[in-house]
Amino acid sequence: MTSGSGHSGADAHESGGLDLDAVRHVAKLARLRLSESDVERYCGQLRSILGHISKLNEVDVGDVEPMAHPLPLNNRLAEDVPSESMPLEHLLRNAPATEGRYLAVPKVLADAGGA
Amino acid sequence: MSCPDRIRFADDVRTGKASATAHAQATLERVRAANTRLNAYNEVLEESCLAQAAAVDADAGPKRKGLLAGVTVAIKDNIATAVGHTTCSSRMLKNYRSPYEATVVTKLAEAGAVVVGKTNLDEFAMGSSTENSAFGPSKNPWDTSRVPGGSSGGSAVAVAAGLCDVALGSDTGGSIRQPASLCGIVGLKPTYGRVSRYGLVAFGSSLDQIGPLTQTVRDSAAVLQVIAGHDPRDSTSADIPVDDYLGELDVPVRGLRVGIPAEYLSDANDPRVNTAVREAAEVYRKLGATIVEGIHLPLTDIGISTYYVIAPAEASSNLARFDGIRYGHRAELAAGEDLFDLYAKSRAEGFGPEVQRRIMIGTYVLSSGYYDAYYKRALQVRRLIKDEFDRAFERCDILLGPTAPTPAFSMGGKSDPLAMYLCDVYTVNTNIAGIPGISIQGGMAKENGVELPIGLQLQAKPFAESLLLRAARMFETATLWHTMKPSV
Repeated sequence: MTSGSGHSGADAHESGGLDLDAVRHVAKLARLRLSESDVERYCGQLRSILGHISKLNEVDVGDVEPMAHPLPLNNRLAEDVPSESMPLEHLLRNAPATEGRYLAVPKVLADAGGA
Repeated sequence: MSCPDRIRFADDVRTGKASATAHAQATLERVRAANTRLNAYNEVLEESCLAQAAAVDADAGPKRKGLLAGVTVAIKDNIATAVGHTTCSSRMLKNYRSPYEATVVTKLAEAGAVVVGKTNLDEFAMGSSTENSAFGPSKNPWDTSRVPGGSSGGSAVAVAAGLCDVALGSDTGGSIRQPASLCGIVGLKPTYGRVSRYGLVAFGSSLDQIGPLTQTVRDSAAVLQVIAGHDPRDSTSADIPVDDYLGELDVPVRGLRVGIPAEYLSDANDPRVNTAVREAAEVYRKLGATIVEGIHLPLTDIGISTYYVIAPAEASSNLARFDGIRYGHRAELAAGEDLFDLYAKSRAEGFGPEVQRRIMIGTYVLSSGYYDAYYKRALQVRRLIKDEFDRAFERCDILLGPTAPTPAFSMGGKSDPLAMYLCDVYTVNTNIAGIPGISIQGGMAKENGVELPIGLQLQAKPFAESLLLRAARMFETATLWHTMKPSV
């Protein structure tokens, strides 16, 4: 079932490629603020997991069509008829901070200069 | 002993011989006595449970006549209920109350079922032991020093210990079947699309399915009968007629062809697990089934690698919604911190380590430069795995094997994440291919003087749940494993 072929992009499969900086970068992309000790712990664990994942490289996939989903998916179009919406207070019930009918968030734009 | 089917109770409610209220009260009493020790429930919904039971007793119509009239049900805490919380056993959603209810919960109530409470799980259904719960692990009722499996561990414990009649779980890579195996009960993962996912907190959207955990195959068929079917609110639910699972259940499958893929009897399994599979084959042979020789699924082992690209990739996208803005945990900001800090702090504080790991794996494999090498490749292997199953099902009707490589392991026994992932070697490919699978009890193994259950897995073609349940029922009629219970 496996063959040695299909090693294109093999560099990406080298789990050793994941260093502390790569973990910091991924954590930033994923919006996770990690401590330095977290970064070190996760680095070792992720290397070991990615090492196992890299066995995918041993499978000869040829030009097999990727399968994103088990069912053949078609768009289902609903009738364009308005239906009842959920009451606003139900939706705001779980919000960590609100102001009146709105979600409250920290200031996004700087007072001067702007980002 | 009395009939082990819990849904028989509904017969007595329908004919007025039994009271749903008295039954609910007795169930709540058992939960009160045992839950501190077993930690099966995150939340017991006593008030609404008794109200639902009273409504069944008072109803002259559909609820009282329902297939599950008065039957007590536990709901995994990643399935939205209109009462109580829906926490996913995460600090992120500790205080979350869903503004809507999952379709499966509505359907259960319409059939007369009575919800006892919300059950514990590995945080966001990520894990195989329930140890990843923010609220502490559930305990295996056969030996409380051992894990019940996961991620639907709380539901499995509740069923095995009699703290409800039936339960719902969700299964993304084995999360119904593996805890069913470790707790000695029946766990069914339906075909992808058979059951609506509306109201199930998304983990791996192309893999997730809701299904029943029960004491018997008949109970499993009854719950599936109620929850299966197309739902306009879930566009991935299949618009395919639902079979009469219950009506057909006791009709043995004539000329059943059973395949045991050679890869399933690995030397890495506990030898007693392999013995149980061989003995099960013998049971089927005596029932008139043909054991098909030479079935191979060589991609079995690559399943874990494939799964740990696809599932984390989907999870990292799905869990991006937890940003501390609209719902869920929001961190306190220090002076000078901005919106980015709000996201990153809230997520670091709200998510436990396993969820963080999977988000990072998913983010990594989807990130620029790695997408083709990991994600696309995993989707190609996914198709090869599906093709391999399709070929096997040309020669046999069901595939028989172990659900898990070993009986229940000790708490803390698999602290290395990868070691935990490898527990799911026989269950992940079912989800990758989208086919149905069921775990039934098929043996016992003595460990330090304690009996532990061994589960068997049966898999079938897409939407062949009726055949799968009938095959499982055949085994149940010929054996007594399903009647064994832990002493609680």
